[in-house]
Amino acid sequence: MKGILKLAYKLLVNDKAKFSALLIGITFAVFLMMFVTSMFSGVMKHASANIINIGAPLWVMDPAVETVSNSVGMPAYVLDAVRSMQGVRYAVPLYSGGALVKLRDGNYQTVTVIGLDDTSLYGRPELIAGKIQDIYAENGFIVVKDAEFSKLENPHLGSEFELNDNRGVIVGVAKVQTSGLYGIPTLYTTYERAIQYIPNPRFTISYVLVEPKSASDIPLIKKQVAALGYRARTKEEFMQNTEDFFLYKTGGGTNLLIMMLISFIVGLSLSGQTFYTFILENLERFGALKAIGEKSRDLVFMILFQATFTAFTGFGLGIGMCVLSVLLAKARLPSYAAMITFSNLAISFGMVLVIAAVSSYVAIRRVLKIEPFDIFRG
Amino acid sequence: MPKIAIQASGLVKWFGEGEAKTMALRDVSLEAQFGEMVYIVGPSGSGKTTLLSVLTGILKPNSGKVLLEGTDIWGLDSDQLADFRLGKIGFVFQDYHLFPRLTTAENAAIPLILKRKPWDEALQEAEKYLDVVGLKSRAELPPVKLSGGEQQRVAIARAIASQPDILIMDEPTASLDGDTGVAILSFVQKSVLSKDRCIIVVTHDDRIYQFATRILKMEDGRLKGSEKSTA
Repeated sequence: MKGILKLAYKLLVNDKAKFSALLIGITFAVFLMMFVTSMFSGVMKHASANIINIGAPLWVMDPAVETVSNSVGMPAYVLDAVRSMQGVRYAVPLYSGGALVKLRDGNYQTVTVIGLDDTSLYGRPELIAGKIQDIYAENGFIVVKDAEFSKLENPHLGSEFELNDNRGVIVGVAKVQTSGLYGIPTLYTTYERAIQYIPNPRFTISYVLVEPKSASDIPLIKKQVAALGYRARTKEEFMQNTEDFFLYKTGGGTNLLIMMLISFIVGLSLSGQTFYTFILENLERFGALKAIGEKSRDLVFMILFQATFTAFTGFGLGIGMCVLSVLLAKARLPSYAAMITFSNLAISFGMVLVIAAVSSYVAIRRVLKIEPFDIFRG
Repeated sequence: MPKIAIQASGLVKWFGEGEAKTMALRDVSLEAQFGEMVYIVGPSGSGKTTLLSVLTGILKPNSGKVLLEGTDIWGLDSDQLADFRLGKIGFVFQDYHLFPRLTTAENAAIPLILKRKPWDEALQEAEKYLDVVGLKSRAELPPVKLSGGEQQRVAIARAIASQPDILIMDEPTASLDGDTGVAILSFVQKSVLSKDRCIIVVTHDDRIYQFATRILKMEDGRLKGSEKSTA
């Protein structure tokens, strides 16, 4: 069998023009598919930045909330009610909202302000400069050092700014797991200061962050929250809801699907067509092999090997190209939203397998149809 | 007494049904012995290729029997038949059907590779047969770099690489000029034909009739009998 596979390999790779065309087709398709799905994954990760960075296992919110960045204020009694629910270890309020910051040069910059529970500072970021207790100091804010940091004129400890005519002072610089989607700098402060500095509607609690006594208590908490007329989502569910919003309610999903379809069609048409031509060109020789005594199943095996070898090589090259492009882009643009995940790899791998299967199916049909008698007949 | 290589009796083959029915073989019987180089000649459409295909287990007759070295080949299943062809029959096709992307040696080694011989061993053995046909120095070249006559020799090397008892040559001079065709068949008669091998040649090139042991003429699906015997 090894000899037959080597024969199949040589027939394939020695036809350099066709082998290159096959590889280009699959590589390009994988590259496109990986690129578009990794961009989507990256965008989703950034869209869920606050959920990831704050890290609470259970979030209570208004049922109308679809993404973390579009919260609907809840009255204070919701916090008290949640705190009294069965299965809740503790619950804290979280403020999340947008504001305009006036910088020293007189320019204004939009920021996201996260107001942490004054007592526990639950969900606080990891500081790389300053002390967390300084957040309680007068006008204290912590700035996140992410890709958007420079938009606040690269502030340092002691830097001042104005927020809605209130003075703000940077008392800490923090790092977070992921930066936000909209290219806006993030400031952390206490909940009370946030609602004091930023003009707000009547209800000011964006989210109630819940720590359940155990994971098994989550369904019960959800039920009690629902009875209250609100909704509790786990961290993973909230991230999924955010992803679903972008997928199904913004046209992002349709665009993603169209791009995936285009890359699939490009791959299938380029590789399928080339592979079919390759088989057609060698059809009579395959017939001659049959006449000599090659069994049909060995020919099928040869074709499957050729298709699989090409598919896997193209898959590897496509992944390599995508990784290289993402790395290069990230080296130039730190906020570049692209992330290669196992699901991206699995989707592309599945697509490559389908391309290989369709190409070899068509080729195998032709090879099985050719009769050695046709070779004699000329 | 010479051994019988091919024994066929009562072969009938038709294509199509009803009004489109065409008789290709009408009660054909023949016998060929080892050491013979039998020519089957006749005009186009006389049934030569059909007979060749039926004799080699490629096309099943509607009726009749084919015994190759005593084996009823149409009693074998498709895998057994493929193995039988691979082990016992060598083919030289009209258009050679060499793989242009393989070297000459790799082309000649194909039957050995199909017989599951290790790659390097198959190549070494194929080079021996390329030496027999005088092309050892061209072993690493692709067939497209060879002349028509040389390609035909590679096809012969491929056909004899598996040491078949029966060699089938289908219109071996059709793509060659007269002198080359004569030279090739002369070479086959001298170097390939042996007392342990039977060669069947289908042709309508009368310039090579001189090398035949026996010539069988086909006409309208019937074998008209021996025209010449030099045996």
